[in-house]
Amino acid sequence: MKQNDTVITVKGLKKSYGKNEVLKGVNFSVQRGTMLALLGPNGAGKTTTVRILSTLLKADAGTVTIEGHDVLNEPQKVRQVIGLTGQSAAVDELLTGRENLVMMGRLYRLTAESAKQRAEQLLTDFDLVEAADRPLKTYSGGMRRRLDLAVSLIATPPVIFLDEPTTGLDPRSRQGMWAIIKQLLADGTTILLTTQYLEEADQLADNIVVIDGGKVIAEGTAKQLKAQVGKDRLELAFKDARSLAAAAKLLDGAAVDGNGKEHTLTTVINDTNKDVKDVLEKLSNAKIAIASLNVHKPTLDDVFIGLTGKHTKAEAKAEEQ
Amino acid sequence: MSETPVELQFEHRPKWVFALQDSLQMIARSSRHIIRNRDQLLGAFFQPIMFLVLFVYVFGGAIKTGHESYINFLLAGIIVQTAAFGSTTTSLSVANDLQKGIMDRFRSLPMFNLAVINGHVVSDLFRNMISTTVMILVGLAIGFRPHASVADWLVIAGILLLFTLAFSWISAIMGIVAKSVEGVQWIGFVVIFPLTFASSAFVPTAGMPSGLKAFAENQPITQVVNAVRALMNNLPVGNAVWLSIAWCVGILAVSIPLASYMFRRKTAS
Repeated sequence: MKQNDTVITVKGLKKSYGKNEVLKGVNFSVQRGTMLALLGPNGAGKTTTVRILSTLLKADAGTVTIEGHDVLNEPQKVRQVIGLTGQSAAVDELLTGRENLVMMGRLYRLTAESAKQRAEQLLTDFDLVEAADRPLKTYSGGMRRRLDLAVSLIATPPVIFLDEPTTGLDPRSRQGMWAIIKQLLADGTTILLTTQYLEEADQLADNIVVIDGGKVIAEGTAKQLKAQVGKDRLELAFKDARSLAAAAKLLDGAAVDGNGKEHTLTTVINDTNKDVKDVLEKLSNAKIAIASLNVHKPTLDDVFIGLTGKHTKAEAKAEEQ
Repeated sequence: MSETPVELQFEHRPKWVFALQDSLQMIARSSRHIIRNRDQLLGAFFQPIMFLVLFVYVFGGAIKTGHESYINFLLAGIIVQTAAFGSTTTSLSVANDLQKGIMDRFRSLPMFNLAVINGHVVSDLFRNMISTTVMILVGLAIGFRPHASVADWLVIAGILLLFTLAFSWISAIMGIVAKSVEGVQWIGFVVIFPLTFASSAFVPTAGMPSGLKAFAENQPITQVVNAVRALMNNLPVGNAVWLSIAWCVGILAVSIPLASYMFRRKTAS
């Protein structure tokens, strides 16, 4: 499925509001059938980028081509090949789910027949059949996001923009959205996702572009980025000081510190599967019992501290609360 | 995603056909809004009835109009006033769409964006036709006795539709300009209220002070009220019909291009 061609090309993108430079020359490209995640805190310029790419906003400088069409010169052609969903898109509150889908299908230039058929298919796929004839104002947050995404897929555009598709959703709805998005990727759709959550980018994206303050500060696969900012850590807790001492001796130099917690030690792991197994086997052979264990992944905050030396706004906010 | 993917068929039509088709979609959308927005619908029915009944019974005894009854004089005024106030719903709907994400969705589609405004303006006509019909029926029940021929009624309907259309387009401009949905209600009130009261809608202009009288006699609402009133009562219409049409066409000739221009500018960045 994956061909070696570029679907989205962004070069030297700049945008200012008065003196406030929101984008300071952003470059990236997305290959067909892959997902690129734009990862960054609130105010990093993610939504501005998506708005420019989806023809809603004009850039001050730089070029954007999507499926070979320039967003500035051929906006109508770009609109035929894109679907937009997330925080900056929306649906009609007073219309039912089915009415929304059929209407948007018609506006995408589908025939009446095709719009109806495709609407039924999406309602089934997105588990919205029962709610299909209710006005949207009666939908839950998760249902609304699913319908919003369904609406942007009504004409099966080859390129989809997902602007923070899971922000504000409960964990279960988020898992549901992830499953749908993974299926879209498997079907060969090219996706640009924006998110504040490293975990989301990690789960879904082939490539990640980290932006902060309107600039790209890092890019690569999730693995490469995390390797750049820090390794996974295995935290082991023991029943008493004696087991802890024995374990520390056994694991030798690998043990780092206890993080200040009682009877706890932390060790850096490079390969989660293999290293955890090795550590557990060593302890098991020495008959040292473990009270609990935790694998700590680098968080978005780790990435940001690593890259910029400062906390992300999102995390700082979460800490305040 | 499904096991049997649908073969999607796309339409290929001239641009103007798509513009018309998109407008029909948006008219269907806005009309559904009217039906589902219960509070607004109830308002469209009861507010004019309330005005009609209050004016007839409160002022009816005190106002001398020279007509066979005050209601025969008043009904034309109340109908035009209702149409003028009803048209401000367009500004609310337009402002609502612009402030919410749905406009972004429409703009990301390969559609004719102005269709959004066409939808609100035309559905406004539908709603006004309903309230006008209800008012005439209630009027008949409380003593309105028209002397119009079928042809007169057709002219009345035509003038009222043209008037509502003209005011809805003005209203659309207010919806585009407004910074918030709350703001738009104020603009509508401040513009429409003086226009309807400083007119021949409720009292003859003869008794007004000269400055006000000059204003009242030379503004569109008075012309439309005079035309509709004369036709309903089979009285001489003078130039009122032609002046009404001229006013409405003039307003449309300015407001449609202006609204389109401002809408494009507002949605361009």
